[in-house]
Amino acid sequence: MTDASEHKDLLLKIRDLRIEGYSDESWVEIVHGINLDLHRGEVLGLIGESGAGKSTIGLAAMGFTRDGCRISGGSVNFDGIELTKQSKRDLRKLRGVRIAYVAQSAAASFNPAHKLIDQHTEAPVHYNVKSRVDSQEDAKELYEKLRLPNPQEIGFRYPHQVSGGQLQRAMTAMAMACRPDLIIFDEPTTALDVTTQIEVLAAIRDIVEQFNTAAIYITHDLAVVAQMADRIKVLLKGDEVEEADTATMLSSPQEEYTKSLWAVRSFRKPQKSRPEASSSEPPVVSVDGVDASYGKLKVLNDVSFDVYRGMTVAVVGESGSGKSTTARCITGLLPPTKGTIRFNGQELPSSYKNRTTDQLRQAQMIYQMADTALNPRIKICDIIGRPAQFYSGLNGAPLKTRVEELLDLIELEPSQYYNRYPPELSGGQKQRIGIARALAAEPSFIICDEVTSALDQLVAEGILKLLDRLQSTLDLAYMFITHDLATVRSIADEVVVMKEGRVVEQGPKDTMFTPPHHDYTDLLLSSVPEMDPNWLTQLLEERGV
Amino acid sequence: MGDVLGIVAKRLGLGLLTLLIISALIFIAVELLPGDIAQAVLGQGATESNLAAKRAELGLNDPAPVRYLRWLGGAVTGDFGVSLVSSESVTEAITPRFKNTLFLALYAAAIAVPIAIGLGVLVALFRNSLFDRVANVLTLTSISSPEFFLGYILILYFSVNTGWFPSIAKVDPDMGMAERLERTFLPALTLVLVVVAHMMRMTRAAIINLLASPYIEMARLKGTPAWKVIVKHALPNSWAPIINVVALNLAYLITGVVLVEVVFVYPGIGQLLVDSVSKRDFPIVQACCLIFAATFILLNLAADIGSILTNPRLRHPK
Repeated sequence: MTDASEHKDLLLKIRDLRIEGYSDESWVEIVHGINLDLHRGEVLGLIGESGAGKSTIGLAAMGFTRDGCRISGGSVNFDGIELTKQSKRDLRKLRGVRIAYVAQSAAASFNPAHKLIDQHTEAPVHYNVKSRVDSQEDAKELYEKLRLPNPQEIGFRYPHQVSGGQLQRAMTAMAMACRPDLIIFDEPTTALDVTTQIEVLAAIRDIVEQFNTAAIYITHDLAVVAQMADRIKVLLKGDEVEEADTATMLSSPQEEYTKSLWAVRSFRKPQKSRPEASSSEPPVVSVDGVDASYGKLKVLNDVSFDVYRGMTVAVVGESGSGKSTTARCITGLLPPTKGTIRFNGQELPSSYKNRTTDQLRQAQMIYQMADTALNPRIKICDIIGRPAQFYSGLNGAPLKTRVEELLDLIELEPSQYYNRYPPELSGGQKQRIGIARALAAEPSFIICDEVTSALDQLVAEGILKLLDRLQSTLDLAYMFITHDLATVRSIADEVVVMKEGRVVEQGPKDTMFTPPHHDYTDLLLSSVPEMDPNWLTQLLEERGV
Repeated sequence: MGDVLGIVAKRLGLGLLTLLIISALIFIAVELLPGDIAQAVLGQGATESNLAAKRAELGLNDPAPVRYLRWLGGAVTGDFGVSLVSSESVTEAITPRFKNTLFLALYAAAIAVPIAIGLGVLVALFRNSLFDRVANVLTLTSISSPEFFLGYILILYFSVNTGWFPSIAKVDPDMGMAERLERTFLPALTLVLVVVAHMMRMTRAAIINLLASPYIEMARLKGTPAWKVIVKHALPNSWAPIINVVALNLAYLITGVVLVEVVFVYPGIGQLLVDSVSKRDFPIVQACCLIFAATFILLNLAADIGSILTNPRLRHPK
């Protein structure tokens, strides 16, 4: 099946690929005729929102479809082999030896029951590419190349004994085990902190270059793909929007959709500042010298900050830095071992059990995963109605009016959504319901815990704008927990940077984003990928890696 | 490993506490049984003075808490008192019977557990195929049939019609191992048929439950063949629920086999218990109940420990 007119180093040629998914008792087409070319040693970035078909196409490039999906048309030609016509056995061998996959969450994709190195050597040994001993030695070399600490030993650990960023690199090493011609990277850094992401990106890029491996790099993060890919293909709902080499795509996108993706990061709300020192208005929430521990493990150490009325304080830091724990202390779910929480100048009982209904009403939470934070078997009207009933004592017709008002407020048509269940809604709509539930209590302070990190960029932007509008109309104070500094730039008035349970720096956003920074703030800020394709290279040079 | 030992010690302590509570419950239940023990022992013709003498001899005039503590004190040292009917020591009456029951249970388990787990792995591998359905229907049929019915069917085909195995599982202590295994084959087979379905279906469910995990998809994407995905990647992570259901079935094999013992006239502890209840031989009833309770607690404890030991997070702490 080789075509003389094609490049002789063409590795993967996908033509008119159609994939169907099974839902509601019938097959529905989810990928509508995609064409894709990939040459040896080339990296192609696939970007798009969730549901764009990125992963499905990536897996189809290995001749694999998830349960409930099937390739219904078109061809996937890998180095002259038509994958759609291969037997299962031949496909397995290709996957084991010539095409490899790196999954989004290495923590979930390594088998918890086996050591890393045993999982590494599985495919090479099974397909007689290398002996177990050779493969183990090779694994150690790869671990070293990927700059994993203690490369001789780390393979003999179990997945839960290794950190997330290290696991992701170990998984890249595993993908390299048979020196494949093609690797599919499926959002390999999405689950990582920004500072860890840099190391993994650099490691992946180096090793792909070193072995001249072709790669398909799937992500929803434009700045990341700009660092990794030679060419970028933009997808929307199973269709190609456009494709161009990275520099062209970044500087002059042609299609409206691509431009809208590029524009998301430009949302900025004007920064507010604290009331004058002369006004005696106390902060809505004041966290003062709070320590907290889980059992014997101390997780918060002397945390202090204030949130004033109508203002947004963003709390940023890597996972494990104590952001969510601070929120649990404020809401009284985790009583602090030291320090006080004050509300409008008044000290609150440390545990929620001892707080009055009115004190509880004042502080509400919106959660990261709207999926799990809403009971799937309770109607929207009851989800929102319950706090309105509990805190304001509304019933019957007034309660219904109140729920409708709240639905209006979050821009969902009441008549359409009143009687529906959460699973019928999209991710963004669910998050809006989460916001309405918090508003139903008529709070003066809302804790937003990573509320946009599970959402696509366009949807996330909508949520941020909604929160901003609600803040100005209802004069709300927000504590905005996030690890995404782009979100901080768009919505925060003040920033609190946390690390290992301590506040390392805090202040107004403008000051925080202008040098000089605290070392750690600097590390965080400089680790946020930028759209410039040379950003990673320059950064690594600056850091002297 | 320090953590694991701590957990085991805690579970063991809880198990002992449970056993203590159960011992009290057993004692109270026996107290609540209608009728006079002395009357039951001596029969209807006994005179009032004879009855009074018997009550005094048995210590029945003491208040219940005193009798409970006396019984408990004896039980802790292995002395369960004296049979009211035969006047022999309860421990001596029970020991050979309990050994027989254990033997039959182990015999059945040695056949059933490997078959159940093996079949479970196979039906998980060929899930939704004809083989899966046939295996499910057959095992469900066998679990749904009453065990005495299964027993008689087996006797009809393997004993009466073919004469391959004896229909009466009479054993005595001097019997050789081979003969003992042959004599007890039919009751063991009956028990196997009763317990296999439950364990097999749990193995299948535990494995299939994991097949949607990202690490299973990863294994498939590494080109691992289907059988290896199940045996090497899914099975090691599904031990906890499997071990639990195995323990539950082992407990049944020890404590729930009275019907099978009756059908095959096998001298096990279940028959002894039923006989003793009808003869009001309370020391034996109490001892049997306590042994059954201890069996359940021990097997559950073993299952807990098994689950812990198969969890790599607990076996290899950070």
